[in-house]
Amino acid sequence: MTDNRAEKYKKVAYYPGCALEGSGHAYNRSTKEVGKALGLELEDVKNWNCCGAMEVKNVDPKVQTYLSSRVMSQAVNEMGHSVVMAPCNGCYHNLKKAEYDLKNDEASRQVVNRISSKAGHKTYQAGEIETIHALDWIKHGIGEEGLKSRVKRSLKGMKVANYYGCMYTRPRHIFPEKDKGAGTESTSKPHFMDDLLAAAGADNVDFPLKTACCGGAHTLSDSDMSTKLVLNILKAAEASGANVIATECPTCHTGLEMHQIRAEKKFGVKTNVKILYFTQLLGLALGLTPRTVGVHENVSDSFALLKQQGLA
Amino acid sequence: MRPLSTIESEIEQGVAAADAAESARHLLSLGEEVLEHWMAAKGLKPTSGKAEGFRLLGLHRQSAKGDPSFNACRETCRELVYHYNLVTLEPGHPDAAQRLVMMRLVAAHIYYFVSGKMQTAQLGEFCCSSRDLRLEQAS
Repeated sequence: MTDNRAEKYKKVAYYPGCALEGSGHAYNRSTKEVGKALGLELEDVKNWNCCGAMEVKNVDPKVQTYLSSRVMSQAVNEMGHSVVMAPCNGCYHNLKKAEYDLKNDEASRQVVNRISSKAGHKTYQAGEIETIHALDWIKHGIGEEGLKSRVKRSLKGMKVANYYGCMYTRPRHIFPEKDKGAGTESTSKPHFMDDLLAAAGADNVDFPLKTACCGGAHTLSDSDMSTKLVLNILKAAEASGANVIATECPTCHTGLEMHQIRAEKKFGVKTNVKILYFTQLLGLALGLTPRTVGVHENVSDSFALLKQQGLA
Repeated sequence: MRPLSTIESEIEQGVAAADAAESARHLLSLGEEVLEHWMAAKGLKPTSGKAEGFRLLGLHRQSAKGDPSFNACRETCRELVYHYNLVTLEPGHPDAAQRLVMMRLVAAHIYYFVSGKMQTAQLGEFCCSSRDLRLEQAS
């Protein structure tokens, strides 16, 4: 099979989603900066809307399908893109789910057709665009070898627990490209983030909770439970020997940061592991400054660690 | 069926068993007990069947039927089995103690996840109508 993704991913439509304009701003900033440093181009989806996340999905899943389909319609019909990249696990998951529903469910197609006509835009048809995550974008757009050749400051000494969260690989049926053997992502043991950070010199630790639930959905309704889940992830990362957790989802990242503080206040348990977006770590390896990749915007203060490792 | 609080404290305190393999077996059985609670709370008989050679995975498959969000702990269950295999196949390995530490944290995650779901759904020990009984037992 000819793999033309390196060419295809050079310029993609970028769907940041709501979180990256707010609590996940550092992820937005670092993703764009890493893209620039790697020569990968992003073009914001014009007039994008919410993907439907959890709120709309809980009320009416088909309206969520429509909302996600509109984002894809904008990217393909208004901008002519064949690939849309969503760095947020929630957005990525929802766009993938919409793609699956539109391919397989007539009722979803009818709802999307009806609302799209009412809203006055072209209806998105399944298969018109490929939705990818920021991990796919860098993994296939540049690859480990390409990354290695661009590293200016190795991440050696950074012991990283790679945390993917539960939405990046679940449910399996909406990710038909995964679990296809060598070179593809695994839904049971994802490794793309591990691969990229290892290429940048990081020492990845064996972390058993890489796809475990962080309690993100319960963070407001049952904060104590979320804190316990996060605290367990933090403890497992530390027990694995990690000094930093790398994240690839703004919801997981914010949850880990906020509940790390809450765990200390509420349960008196302090953990010291730092939390950084994988794009921030890659940016530092590519020679960007901590400020450029938004380390100062994180709640988790990792400056001392970065200084110690010669990255700041 | 033992109360969830007993299971929680056994997971949190760690296991003082004679050897590493016995500790791993106990942690695996605690994981099974947690899933048994979930099934019982939903009014179903926990399966004694296995999936891929493990009752824990059989129970997980049963638990996730009709409740896809339960799959958020699928890989955590598989990690528990993975650590069980690591420890029991090589109980004398120099990393056995560390592997048990990780296995305990994995078991804890299954407990937090499932008990959290039960609280949200107000099932089993978290059902409002059994609160008085629980408080009575606790005092």
